[in-house]
Amino acid sequence: MPGLVHVTTTINGNQTDFLCEPRQSLLECLRDVVGMTGSKEGCNDGNCGACTVNLNGRIVTSCLVLGVEAQGAEVNTIEGVASAEGLHPIQQSFLENAALQCGICTPGFIVAAKALLEAEPDADEARIRHWLAGNLCRCTGYDKIVRAVIDAGERMRA
Amino acid sequence: MTTANQVLSEVEFEVVGTRPVRPDGVDKVTGRAQYGADLDLTGMLQARVLRSPHAHARIRSIDTSQAEALDGVRAVVTAADLPLAALSREDLGNDYNRFKFLSDNFLASDKALYRGHAVAAVAADNAHIAEAALSLISVDYEVLEPVIDVRAAMQDGAPLLHDDLIHTSAMGEVSDKPSNVASYMKFEKGDTAAGFANSDVIVEREFTTASVHQGYIEPHNATAHWRADGQINVWCSTQGAFVVRANTADVLRVDVSNVRVTPMEIGGGFGGKVTFYLEPVAALLSRKAGAPVQLLMTRTEVFEGSGPAPGSWMRVKMGANSAGKITAAEIELAFEAGAYPGSPVMQGATCAFACYELENGTIEGYDVVVNKPKTAAYRAPGSPQAAFGVEQVVDEVCQKLGVDPVEFRLNNAVTEGSRKVEGPVFQKIGLVECLEAARNHEHYRTPLAGPNRGRGIAAGFWMNRGFHSSVNMTVNPDGTVNLIEGSVDIGGSRASIAQQAAETLGISYEEIKPQVVDTDSIGFTMVTGGSRTTFATGWAAILAAEDVKSQMVERAASIWDVPAEEVEYDDGVIRHKSEELSFTFKDLARQLYTTGGGITGTASLDPTGEGNSFGVHLVDVEVDPETGKTEILRYTAIQDAGKAVHPSYVEGQIQGGAVQGIGWALNEEYYFSDNGQMMNSSFLDYRMPTSLDLPMIDTVIVEVANPGHPYGVRGVGEVPIVPPLAAVANAVGHATDQRLTNLPITPGSILEATL
Repeated sequence: MPGLVHVTTTINGNQTDFLCEPRQSLLECLRDVVGMTGSKEGCNDGNCGACTVNLNGRIVTSCLVLGVEAQGAEVNTIEGVASAEGLHPIQQSFLENAALQCGICTPGFIVAAKALLEAEPDADEARIRHWLAGNLCRCTGYDKIVRAVIDAGERMRA
Repeated sequence: MTTANQVLSEVEFEVVGTRPVRPDGVDKVTGRAQYGADLDLTGMLQARVLRSPHAHARIRSIDTSQAEALDGVRAVVTAADLPLAALSREDLGNDYNRFKFLSDNFLASDKALYRGHAVAAVAADNAHIAEAALSLISVDYEVLEPVIDVRAAMQDGAPLLHDDLIHTSAMGEVSDKPSNVASYMKFEKGDTAAGFANSDVIVEREFTTASVHQGYIEPHNATAHWRADGQINVWCSTQGAFVVRANTADVLRVDVSNVRVTPMEIGGGFGGKVTFYLEPVAALLSRKAGAPVQLLMTRTEVFEGSGPAPGSWMRVKMGANSAGKITAAEIELAFEAGAYPGSPVMQGATCAFACYELENGTIEGYDVVVNKPKTAAYRAPGSPQAAFGVEQVVDEVCQKLGVDPVEFRLNNAVTEGSRKVEGPVFQKIGLVECLEAARNHEHYRTPLAGPNRGRGIAAGFWMNRGFHSSVNMTVNPDGTVNLIEGSVDIGGSRASIAQQAAETLGISYEEIKPQVVDTDSIGFTMVTGGSRTTFATGWAAILAAEDVKSQMVERAASIWDVPAEEVEYDDGVIRHKSEELSFTFKDLARQLYTTGGGITGTASLDPTGEGNSFGVHLVDVEVDPETGKTEILRYTAIQDAGKAVHPSYVEGQIQGGAVQGIGWALNEEYYFSDNGQMMNSSFLDYRMPTSLDLPMIDTVIVEVANPGHPYGVRGVGEVPIVPPLAAVANAVGHATDQRLTNLPITPGSILEATL
């Protein structure tokens, strides 16, 4: 049985300490150790994007990052997207555009889309489709998701 | 909304037909919605399942002692722990096969029938320990030759999956000889031979389709706690909590009242979560360990151990005369059931020619077991495969006759009163309206220019389902209404059901508060599937609302001391005929507790009258002649929704179904080695469409009201996956001048056909 490692990290702006086994993924640490279950496991091999989080300014599939790699890092998850002021424009846009059906892929899409729109709020359809190709959705056929992200970009530019 | 999505409405309502935000939306965009894997109970253990590495093997013995001895392991179970092990063939009598098949698919007893078949399970302090323990279980297998192709399994001398258990039943006769063919069916109408004799053109072709997976992003999961007092509590991802309750009780031989199933939020199902795999195993582990047990599938387990849609073989023959009328048609369908009988070949058979007015037709179907996972429902089960064959043959008939494929379909379309080959007569349906919408659509009226491009069109049918639903509605003192339902919300049905309740009560959508509850807390409700939820549970909500209305009328009458007959409920206002006395819904709600108590309306019903659905899809493709890659240039899906309760979610169903169909057509397949190993059991290798593979999916909602529903609603979820396989194949056919008759139509298969 491997020993536990003490990790000090920042999650959604808050310093967070947790103990994990070296073999545990960041996704597992977030869900099972820290208790933040907003990031979802769809495949555990980096192909579905449901566990997407932002690590030091880049989106990653947290199932392919070890928990110990979060030491000293800035981790931003779906739980940090809304604020006390309310939903983020991307979240509002997903709701109003009916861009989710079952909702299991939604956290990953929102975290990924937020990273894109913060850098490129005027991203067009082709750019959005390219950026989101790492996130699988089986319900919507992507149409309403892409429209919601275009709409969110307009809201963020306004 | 953009003009990319059109709604052709005939009737407008106040709330039905609007596009409100779904009640569960905020939780789902903030990561707070509770899916099965998000559940954490005090002292909960994690479990893993050991699965057969062989597609076909006899299990001689299983030794779990080493696994049990591992630190942190709390329980190990095998089929020996299931009640079946203690029951003889005589005990079970006529129920033996059914019960053995049910039980064995949870944990194999004497034989493993597919790679991925569960043979043992371990509960431990965490998932890593449980996984380590799996490798300490030793199973002595006698490896047998597998049979994974439907036609091979039908041959004399093919390896038998069930030794002597299956004898082909055909038209009431049961064969003496053991077989892999579980059943044979045949339907006939008119004189098919004479019809072919009267035709001017005949097209006959064979088709195959590969096994494909439903592909929900959330893996199967179940958490169970077998309490010391015998009560079993289950939390899981399912399309039907009452089905889980019934089957868990059945396979564990306990009373249904001892099982309470709480449906968690569900991360996709598409029919694949009507079936279930984990709940009784988690319960057995929990009983042994004395603690709650959570069992989560990995993605590979989802592919290898949960239901694909059947691979199939079909032969389709159609004749037509020079006037453009079909004179006869016949189809033979052989569907892979997987390891146990029960493929949707019957549905494939009854959908095959449903779009066509057929004087003379013959339909034959075979349900065949093969060494693959037991197939599960997948969106309009059976119909897409049948349409892949039939709609391509129709397209080829049109080519031979030199007629427009929309005009030909209009010329032969079924309408109210048409009789299907197997007997039923259509009520009011909207196929003609869908075809007319296609003909009038800008997409169809714009010629497709450019080399290596082709346009495909196909129609599709699904019958839809009614089945049982229950709703309770309680009026709150502030005038809002709590709506309690048993239908799991897989894509916005809390909204579509609340809208129907609000419409009936004449109050606003926001004043209805829907909740999906467990099996102890609502009346019997069948699965969220069969395109039935917005229809049947919506109807339950309408009836529960009518019950609330009549109780509100009685209460007002009692407050005013007038006969109830003199009071009427008018669009959210309760009024005495004198017109001097009236309450708004909110006014009366405020007084309920002081004037005789609260009001709860209830309804539990099993509605018939579900309207059938038709869809027509148009697709333009471009095929790269050097690589064989097919690009979807433009896609338009047209469908009769009866009345779209929430048009955005109807569009979402249409778009999602169309894209699943595009994946089925072009990419997706279970790729098997000769010994029955699935070689592509990850999302990297089982390639589902991504956002980059697709254009926008334009929709047209046609509304031909279903006379069998108060607001004209028809189910919408399933029919959109029926046309795309053939529509894409027809488009590729026109782009390449080759008929592609085997799915998937990969770049390799296109190059093979064209080079």
